[in-house]
Amino acid sequence: MVKFCWFNLMPWPDLPDDFRESNRSVWVDIDSRLFDPERANEVYHTYMDQLEFADALGFDGIGVNEHHQNGYGIMPSPNIIAAGLARRTSRAALCVIGNSIALYNPPIRVAEEFAMLDVISGGRLVAGFPVGTSMDTNYCYGQIPALTRDKYAEAHELIMRAWAEDEPFAFDGKYNQLRYVNCWPKPIQRPHPPIYIPGGGSIETWDFCLDHDYNYSYLSFNGYKAGKVLMDGYWNRVAERDKDDSPGRAAFAQIFCVADNDAEAEKLYAEHILYFYNRCLHVYPGFADAPGYRTIKTIKAGVLSQVRREAQRKFSILTWKDLVEGGYVIAGGPDTVREQTEHMIKTLRLGTVFSLLHMGDMPDEKTRYSSQLFAEKVMPQLQHLWPELEGDDRWWPTGMDDRVRPEDGLDHARRPAVKPALDEPAPATPPAIDGEG
Amino acid sequence: MAALTERVVQTRRGIDIEVRSGGTGPDLVWFHGLVGLAPVEPTLEALADRFTVHAPIWPGYGAIDNEGAIEDMLDFALLGWDIVDGLELAQPHLVGHSFGAMVAGEMAAIARTDLDRLALVAPFGLWLDDHPIPDPFAVLPFQLTDLLFADAANAGQLLSAGTDLESDEGLAEFMVANARRLGTAGKVMFPIPNRRLSKRLYRVTAPTLVVMAAEDGLITEPYGDAWADAIDRAELTTLDGAGHLANLEQPAALADALAAFFTA
Repeated sequence: MVKFCWFNLMPWPDLPDDFRESNRSVWVDIDSRLFDPERANEVYHTYMDQLEFADALGFDGIGVNEHHQNGYGIMPSPNIIAAGLARRTSRAALCVIGNSIALYNPPIRVAEEFAMLDVISGGRLVAGFPVGTSMDTNYCYGQIPALTRDKYAEAHELIMRAWAEDEPFAFDGKYNQLRYVNCWPKPIQRPHPPIYIPGGGSIETWDFCLDHDYNYSYLSFNGYKAGKVLMDGYWNRVAERDKDDSPGRAAFAQIFCVADNDAEAEKLYAEHILYFYNRCLHVYPGFADAPGYRTIKTIKAGVLSQVRREAQRKFSILTWKDLVEGGYVIAGGPDTVREQTEHMIKTLRLGTVFSLLHMGDMPDEKTRYSSQLFAEKVMPQLQHLWPELEGDDRWWPTGMDDRVRPEDGLDHARRPAVKPALDEPAPATPPAIDGEG
Repeated sequence: MAALTERVVQTRRGIDIEVRSGGTGPDLVWFHGLVGLAPVEPTLEALADRFTVHAPIWPGYGAIDNEGAIEDMLDFALLGWDIVDGLELAQPHLVGHSFGAMVAGEMAAIARTDLDRLALVAPFGLWLDDHPIPDPFAVLPFQLTDLLFADAANAGQLLSAGTDLESDEGLAEFMVANARRLGTAGKVMFPIPNRRLSKRLYRVTAPTLVVMAAEDGLITEPYGDAWADAIDRAELTTLDGAGHLANLEQPAALADALAAFFTA
């Protein structure tokens, strides 16, 4: 089965019209006065309702991620959102893509919280381990750029050992020294939940995924046409490494806008998608790439245009036509969207599609409309594109059979107390508690 | 002015370090700063008339791929002393510029009797909450000259040594070099260039000259006072018409100030 995960970046919906002119960056040093906590009360609940709605619509997964000091992501702790979703959904996988494991001190915290989420959700967790962007990791959270990848590798080793081992062990790391590692609780999924690694195209990340049979998730906002070159590189690497070519090894993030027809899609969604591209992606290039964060090999292969003087003077303003023709957005009536999505899944060889159906300042009713059309008229015809994925459960949680289904209502949580039956005589004196008396 | 020649010295730890040396007179070790050594360093050449100058190139700043060995301030400070050992010098004068001063200050605190005199030029290493230093890690290439020079219009080519930051090739070359240099310096400079040297400065007993650049966009006047206050036998002097790269912008005045202090 191809898996569709409904994803919400949780953007702040009230960035002003002149945001680009009056702000240096949407990320790191964004004007924090733009955030209105009382308005955010409604925003968070709207976004969480949408994620629950996606579960009801039949999406295979619902997805959240981690960003800091970021105008397009008010979710510094995706685990908090996922915990809420674990209580109010019981079907879709919870895709936390993910926790930037180099940022947690100590990273055993991630092993514990992910285990809690997996247990509460009845084994529905997909665990993402991003290195994290330079904006988040270096500029917001102060990690030393040239040591970030090394610290990430150590955090990964610690978490996986913490989940795997049954006896307490000492971990003498360079960044973490723990005398008694003893992960409590442990996840339901053994030996561990499916691991997804968001990446941007460095060969080191591809190899890391292949070494461990983790999913490689290419999360960009440039769309499937631009993503083809990079995914081709990944699949070439899979072949070079003599790994099986299960589509479950690859995930991709894509923006979708579905309406009755192509013209209606533009009318309904264009302004909100443009809000995202032209305001939410307004990142000061001085924060894009702390020196030392990327490997030299990656820099040599990279694009330099954003640090040029002229690039600062005339930001290109993207239009709807640019976005649709460039494949940044798959938009239109259900037939158009289905056709392009099928093409994307086949050409990029995707097992999982992170489906971005809320973007920018899209209002709730439009988000629901687009999502429902996608779920009813696009998704069902595409889920069976890869027969070879049937029975291959390396890449997706199956969930515990007889799990608790708490979303069935407040009534159960609030049921009145009933006096317990007094079958056994109560002990005459309460048992002593250690450390007391 | 005496010319400097380059050679490779291997430290006791086995790290190969490029060193530019030349001149005659008492030994003086110059630890370069954030942007590295320029192809021609007029301050060092002027000093070489009166001193035997040794200018090691920090890991990440030269042709040798040696930066993986250095992870924290103790690594840097011990590397500094290992270089002095490798050069077979006894009690040299130490000069640290910019980020090199941060390391030289550590060296002088750790092994306080192993040097003659100490000079700190536009030094990183202290942090004053009321005077936050601009973030050198969040600067775009074309903004650098304004930050580093008093007279940016005349100084741009000094920095890039003829590399054209407006061309694709020049920019690509710069980005790779910059990632290595600042990536390595970032191990002790990021995100705040303060590794608690202030609590060790009481150990610096060598006579010390703190040289401030009057138009330094990074290390401003209050830092000069803070350094002078923290080190027992410190003198403070300020160079006019100089930005952070005073070594390139006012080489004669800087060399004279250092020579006067070291020969006093």
